[in-house]
Amino acid sequence: MTTSATPPPAQRNGVSKAEPAPPAGRSRRGGGRSPVRRRADTRFVLLCLLPALVLFAVFMIVPTLNVFRMSFYTWSGFSPDMRFVGLDNFRALLDDRQFVRAFQNTVALLVVVTVVTTVMGLFLAALMTRQRLRGRNLYRFVLYVPNVLSVVVIAAIFSAVYDQENGLLNGALRLLSLDGLQQVWLGNQKIVLYSVAVAMVWQSLGYYMVLYMSSMASVPEELYEASALDGASPTRQFFALTLPLIWENLRTTLTFFIMSAVNLSFVLVRAMTGGGPDGSSEVLLSYMYKQAYTNSSYGYGMAIGVVIFAFSFLVSLLVSRATRREPLRY
Amino acid sequence: MTTPTSSRPRLGRPLTHLLVIALALAIAVPVGWVLLASLKRKGEFFGSPWTLPQSLHFQNYVDAFVTAHMGQYFLTSVFVTALGLVFVLAVSVPAAYVIARYEFRGRRLVELALLAGLFVNVNYIVVPIFLMLVDWDRALVDVFPGGFFIDNPTVLALVYAATSIPFTIYLLTAYFRSIPVEYEEAAALDGASRFRIMTSVMLPMARPAVTTVILFNFLAYWNDFIIALTLLPGDGKTLQVGLLNLFTAQKAAADYGRLYAGMVIVIVPVLLLYAVIQRRLIEGMASGGVKG
Repeated sequence: MTTSATPPPAQRNGVSKAEPAPPAGRSRRGGGRSPVRRRADTRFVLLCLLPALVLFAVFMIVPTLNVFRMSFYTWSGFSPDMRFVGLDNFRALLDDRQFVRAFQNTVALLVVVTVVTTVMGLFLAALMTRQRLRGRNLYRFVLYVPNVLSVVVIAAIFSAVYDQENGLLNGALRLLSLDGLQQVWLGNQKIVLYSVAVAMVWQSLGYYMVLYMSSMASVPEELYEASALDGASPTRQFFALTLPLIWENLRTTLTFFIMSAVNLSFVLVRAMTGGGPDGSSEVLLSYMYKQAYTNSSYGYGMAIGVVIFAFSFLVSLLVSRATRREPLRY
Repeated sequence: MTTPTSSRPRLGRPLTHLLVIALALAIAVPVGWVLLASLKRKGEFFGSPWTLPQSLHFQNYVDAFVTAHMGQYFLTSVFVTALGLVFVLAVSVPAAYVIARYEFRGRRLVELALLAGLFVNVNYIVVPIFLMLVDWDRALVDVFPGGFFIDNPTVLALVYAATSIPFTIYLLTAYFRSIPVEYEEAAALDGASRFRIMTSVMLPMARPAVTTVILFNFLAYWNDFIIALTLLPGDGKTLQVGLLNLFTAQKAAADYGRLYAGMVIVIVPVLLLYAVIQRRLIEGMASGGVKG
């Protein structure tokens, strides 16, 4: 739709052929400049930006601020009676045995699941990238499957696995004549947390394996060849080469992992055990949910929410600091 | 085994191989078992769980679809997921484009806010969102006596879209920046409007990133159950919430066939999609689509 003097037909065929010089008399803004980083017409920018920003503000920023605001009130949610109590909700948390327990459970799950998933994920990724394992594409496919399943499905699968009478696990133990090892996997206060931890590892292992695989794939092959000539074993190569070279990536995933493990534990607990038996698998978010909806103590629930916010942020920060190393380059 | 990576013979190799097989089985067996168990009759659930179904009892599926309303919930899920994807793309593509290519006041602030948004998980804020919608309903009670915002699948889709905006814009912006500006310059010199450049030049070029975004968001919307549980408390449930109900009901009644059929109905579409797009999904993760 060029409005200026028609260029010779031959020139129009060129895909990105432009007019030889900025045509005189045309005063389109940005005409002579590159369109990148244009001081654009504000209307266009606003039109493009506004819908996203409005949605983001209404459904994310405002609710986030509300979590903090509501934590200073006692409020049953539906009544207009909303009383400012300052830090009382937080003080009450300290004496709340159930909250303390949920906190401990969250920390325990976080530690166990993070350590197991990271170590196994790294090991598997190294195995898949370094050893030319036959059928590795199939393994990668299968191991990633839990990550596309919903948490409700995973919870249902694991209750089929853990079921006391007709479960796969106890059934297998019976078949192997190991009846003594049978357990009430989700009903025993001492075991239930580990049963949940296994489900969490089961869900996320493939995801982290694939992440580590992609960062390991970018380590240049020559380094391995050189170290193999020096007689380094694959184990040594892993610790001396692979691990230091993917360290930055590992740190990033660790931060994300902590954030998502807090959430995953909640959704799994919500669908699998409901926090039971007797609060032994309660985690922070499930307790918050309980206070808010079942107990209608919205202010108290939101105080728990603030604690979770602060906690996961703090842990991520600590982990990030503790794992800081001189960046290695290749 | 044609390319030995190490010059030394590896004793641990069969052992490690065994471990990988064991892990793969630990995932494949329970999933496969659900598929098989969905065809068992009620009586076959007692005794050893390791027996195969004696005959293929497809009645479980009919029960799940019709009696347990999973068919209806399926349609709700399809609707909400599709609409959520339309919403999120409609608002995120222009925003990401402008952030990637235009210099305007407050750009840094917008970017920073969206980046912070990456760390806000919906599970923390679903309670305030719920209360806010209840509030709106109360304010509009004269216009919509039955309520409008709660129990509305369109609103649920809107919330899904809103909460995935930071991730979506983050990914799209990075991709837009990687496209050379020459294409836009050429189009601009040919007289294309800003809007035209965005939709007819940049959008087609960003197809890989858009596909990645669609995949990740599809999985997030389809698999979500906390937000759906909270915002659709009435009869119009999504598949996941319906499955949770079925789960509770069938467990209490010790009648599992329908439950496993319901699970298969939920699992199969994602598994099929995953089989088709697994390469893309994994590339998407590598390109920075880290989302917990």
